Amino acid sequence: MKPMVEITNVNKYYGDNHVVKDVSFSIFDGEFLTMLGPSGCGKTTTLRMIAGFEEPTNGSILVGGENVSDKEPFERDVNTVFQSYALFPHKTIYDNIAFGLKMKKVKKEEIKERVTEMLSLVQLEGFEKRMPSQLSGGQKQRVAIARALINRPKVLLLDEPLGALDLKLRKQMQIELKRLQKKLGITFVYVTHDQEEALTMSDRIAVMNGGILEQLGTPDEIYEKPKSKFVADFIGESNVFEARVEEVQKGALSLRTETGTVTAKNDACVQNEIVYISVRPEKLQFSEKEVEGFHLTGVVKEHIYVGSFIRSIVVLQNGFEVKLNRLAGSDLPPVASVTNLYWEKEHAVVMHSRQHQIFSLIDNVDLGEHYETETAL
Amino acid sequence: MKLKQRFKKSLPKLVTVSPVSIWLLILIAIPLVYVLVISFASRSPSGGIEFAFTLENYGKLASADYLKIYGQSILIAFFTTVISIFISYPFAYHMANSSKTKRTILMLLVIVPFWTNSLIRLYGWKTILGTEGVLNNLLMDAHIIKEPLNMLFTTPAVVLGMCYTLLPFMILPLYASIEKLDRALLEAASDLGAKRIHSFFHVTLPLTSPGIFAGSIMVFIPALGYFFVSDLLGGGNTMLIGNLIKNQFNTSQNWPLGAALSIVLIIVTLILVKIYTKVGGKIDDLGVA
Ligand SMILES: Nc1ncnc2c1ncn2[C@@H]1O[C@H](COP(=O)(O)OP(=O)(O)O)[C@@H](O)[C@H]1O
Ligand SMILES: [Mg+2]
Repeated sequence: MKPMVEITNVNKYYGDNHVVKDVSFSIFDGEFLTMLGPSGCGKTTTLRMIAGFEEPTNGSILVGGENVSDKEPFERDVNTVFQSYALFPHKTIYDNIAFGLKMKKVKKEEIKERVTEMLSLVQLEGFEKRMPSQLSGGQKQRVAIARALINRPKVLLLDEPLGALDLKLRKQMQIELKRLQKKLGITFVYVTHDQEEALTMSDRIAVMNGGILEQLGTPDEIYEKPKSKFVADFIGESNVFEARVEEVQKGALSLRTETGTVTAKNDACVQNEIVYISVRPEKLQFSEKEVEGFHLTGVVKEHIYVGSFIRSIVVLQNGFEVKLNRLAGSDLPPVASVTNLYWEKEHAVVMHSRQHQIFSLIDNVDLGEHYETETAL
Repeated sequence: MKLKQRFKKSLPKLVTVSPVSIWLLILIAIPLVYVLVISFASRSPSGGIEFAFTLENYGKLASADYLKIYGQSILIAFFTTVISIFISYPFAYHMANSSKTKRTILMLLVIVPFWTNSLIRLYGWKTILGTEGVLNNLLMDAHIIKEPLNMLFTTPAVVLGMCYTLLPFMILPLYASIEKLDRALLEAASDLGAKRIHSFFHVTLPLTSPGIFAGSIMVFIPALGYFFVSDLLGGGNTMLIGNLIKNQFNTSQNWPLGAALSIVLIIVTLILVKIYTKVGGKIDDLGVA
């Protein structure tokens, strides 16, 4: 596949504030790529640099093999769907959608034809004469998409386009957007802070944190093989343990956490290295007896029924709460009993840490709520 | 019971609002009613007011002499408005796109002269424009002209004085509307292929037109009435509606006729404001300075 957008060593400073840090990645032709990360991590800034609203402090951006550094937004084959829609309030829906073609001096008949085509594509036939203020949020969003797509851009940039919609509409629009993208084969660069949205829609995800590109990969890779503690925490739910490598056997690691020993598959670790181990709640297991390679016990705090599965909370000796997801109807140890915990060693993801001080923190975080502080590291 | 409750509920409002209402009543409503009443009275031979209902004053307003003055006055107000728009728009645009400190400085530059009596500032223009004035001397010294130009006491001088006096009334509503403009819309236009000039005519200008309209009302109406500008810089050669009204109250001692003229001017103003709100303008945006 050939790259449609190539971002190379791009940095962006606002004054002293370094908001995009040496980011490099390529986006393939026809790909649906999502930039995912907590608020303030530099997603919008990166997108705006591709669109041409911001200039990189240094580094280069190529679109379709062509350096766009000194091109104005109106000279780039790229269109944007703004989070706030940014529809022209004084123009009808027809004129909003036709705007780009009018600027290109396309013939009236052709404009009419293409606007009609766009309106049917976003299922807004008959809305030509309405004003933006007469539309609902979801409809405005469709107009914004039609207004951008009518120009047949090489790349469509979307900055949290569904952020303002309610959950149900958002789910529906996710499917529609994906369908549109497949049908048209246009490269989509999509920005969101919603990991679920990213996982369901994207061909690949670029996870960003504090201006750094943490990991770029398919949803599968990002979910199953997070490369950093941040990614493990941010994507889905995970139990993250900090541990020291005690022993490296062939293929397996014996690891010591603050509250006991555990086992994982070896992934280029050396003895005494400090690592993070991430285990998804659905991969963590209860056991009455101690399992070989594991010595990890805790007290069952509660079982919560969450629809089709049960969420169990187990408190470790250091007070730490571990989450397990079990199918409803499974055998569960009673509340207040002591239980052994273990996992199949291929279900634990081992991540190298740059730290040397062990047990400074062992945590267990839900989604992405706490990262603002952590990015300071 | 219900009435009592309602009274209790609205009491705080009454207490806070009523001093303002009383103030407005004394200073604006009562004089206005008085003007309205005497506009239907007639002038006594001695120059006083005779209270007997008549429409005679309104009839006189349509005389040929007066129509000529209205025409001239409206023309001057029109040019004043148009010139003000062309001067103020770039200024307001620049101000709205400046940093916070620069904005404050520019804003002060607009407002501070306001705090000086406009008569004094217009006298300043007199010393600049006169035959022996600063401008003529300068041009003569530079040998650009041989004879002093006759600038003072001309209609352009009146228009100049009007623009100068009324400029803030144009700048402030324009600034307010340009500042309110959502920058994302300009980015969207640029994103869709519009060059700056196209963005301006397709997005900025239409969306700031309420500001242009508001500023135009704020400039046009006073420009019909500011008799002192024409007195000082027009030297009595240029009659405005304002001069006409002033003369009725002053030299001609015909208060009823002056009152009728005033009432017509007020009605014209109200109609313009009504049109302004009809096309989507907000009264608040008019309430500058
Ligand atoms: N125009 C700007 N001037 C100064 N700082 C900015 C500007 N735009 C964004 N920032 C800062 O850059 C950082 C990244 O912002 P942004 O790219 O909008 O993040 P995201 O879209 O991931 O939430 C934030 O800390 C933000 O405050
Ligand atoms: Mg953003």
